[in-house]
Amino acid sequence: MYDIKALYEAESVEHAVQLRQEHPEAQILAGGSDVLVQIREGRRAGCEFISIYMLDELRGISIDEEENIRIGSLTSFSHITKDPIIQKYINVLGEAVDMVGGPQIRAIGTIGGNTCNGVTSADSASTLMAWDAIIELTGANGVRRVPIQDFYIKAKVVDIKPDEIQTAILIPKKSYEKCFGHYIKYSMRNALDIATTGCSVNVVLSDDKKSFERVRVGYGVASPIPVRATTAEEFIKGKEITEENIKKFAETVLQDINPRDSWRAGRALRRHISVVMAERALKECIELAGGEING
Amino acid sequence: MDNQYKVVHCTINGKEVSQIVDVRASLTDMLRNDFRLTSVKKGCEVGECGACTVIINGESFNSCIYLAVWAEGKDIWTLEGLAGPGGELSDIQQAFIDEGAIQCGFCSPGFILTSWEIVNSGKEYTDDELRKALSGHLCRCTGYENIFRAVKKTMLRRLGKNEEAELVNSQGITEYPDPMPFK
Repeated sequence: MYDIKALYEAESVEHAVQLRQEHPEAQILAGGSDVLVQIREGRRAGCEFISIYMLDELRGISIDEEENIRIGSLTSFSHITKDPIIQKYINVLGEAVDMVGGPQIRAIGTIGGNTCNGVTSADSASTLMAWDAIIELTGANGVRRVPIQDFYIKAKVVDIKPDEIQTAILIPKKSYEKCFGHYIKYSMRNALDIATTGCSVNVVLSDDKKSFERVRVGYGVASPIPVRATTAEEFIKGKEITEENIKKFAETVLQDINPRDSWRAGRALRRHISVVMAERALKECIELAGGEING
Repeated sequence: MDNQYKVVHCTINGKEVSQIVDVRASLTDMLRNDFRLTSVKKGCEVGECGACTVIINGESFNSCIYLAVWAEGKDIWTLEGLAGPGGELSDIQQAFIDEGAIQCGFCSPGFILTSWEIVNSGKEYTDDELRKALSGHLCRCTGYENIFRAVKKTMLRRLGKNEEAELVNSQGITEYPDPMPFK
């Protein structure tokens, strides 16, 4: 038995919004791989919950009429990894969420829950940041779209209004077109571990594949919330693909990140591996995009 | 607030059932207490050890971090459902015995169910993929190698590769003789 004060089961998105208004104290429960564990720990014991897990309308991946990739918020990690649309356009997201926990956790864990709990170590977060994902929230006044950079406010706090639930995550066409990405999770074990630091890089190369048209890099556990290394991105934009530029790019990420000392790892280690991961992930992206390093 | 109850309709081991459950119950609670399916073990109860694993709609889940009310409409399998009509062991269970993949037995039901999902998939996993697919279970007795071997051999046999299954050595590596006697 869980120490739950009351459980309200949503039957539709509208019903979930209604329950949010009727029970302002209640917390949202999606897959529960974080929330149910925190009830056991005592952190969320004795609370009221609105379960949205049975809302199958929030599952699945499609291309919408604006050509965005639309990922329903309750889509599980294992289904994201197996999905043909994800594999074709944003394979790195499928690879990143395939590193969460273990197989059973990936069957229950949802991408919506992964972003809504607002933790910096979420394996999907750095990739969604790096691909300029848009968060779709549905509330009493209809649908609201928020860029993921604005969705994260501070550690464990995200921009969900009291009457809203997250209903989808969108990847715009201009973000995924001609784009190739790679994610590196640095952790102590190969399974059932939380990232010491995670780095997700993606590139669009110029038509002649000799220079970088656009590079984006997102980090998890390099600051209190997932972040982009925008100074490094600006530095490398338009530059030729050379060993020197890649090295400089990787060193520049230190201007954008601010990791902390924690029991999991020290700040110095996190800064060091952040640079190494940026370089390795970028090189992997160049290869995926069919480019070569010239000098 | 008064206790909340709900009627759940689902299929367990191929049988359609209805059950009144407390909304605070986990699926582990429901399967063990209401259906006496005690192969579903209570281990860590926070989704780390895999002892409570069951198959829901063809996929392995930790039943300890799954609310019983979410079972509504689902197709659920526990270890009890693997046995034949006369109580015969399934191929994967027999392989666990043959390979010495069982000692205390606490992790075995969970491990066998995840293995069952693997061998039922009809896919040939590489050694690395197999290890990853089994990584959601903890075993403190066997050191995993015997379990790995049992799953790998059963997977190969199911794919009609009986000769190859015999070439899996004690470390779980397929040792091909030179020259290859078969393709």
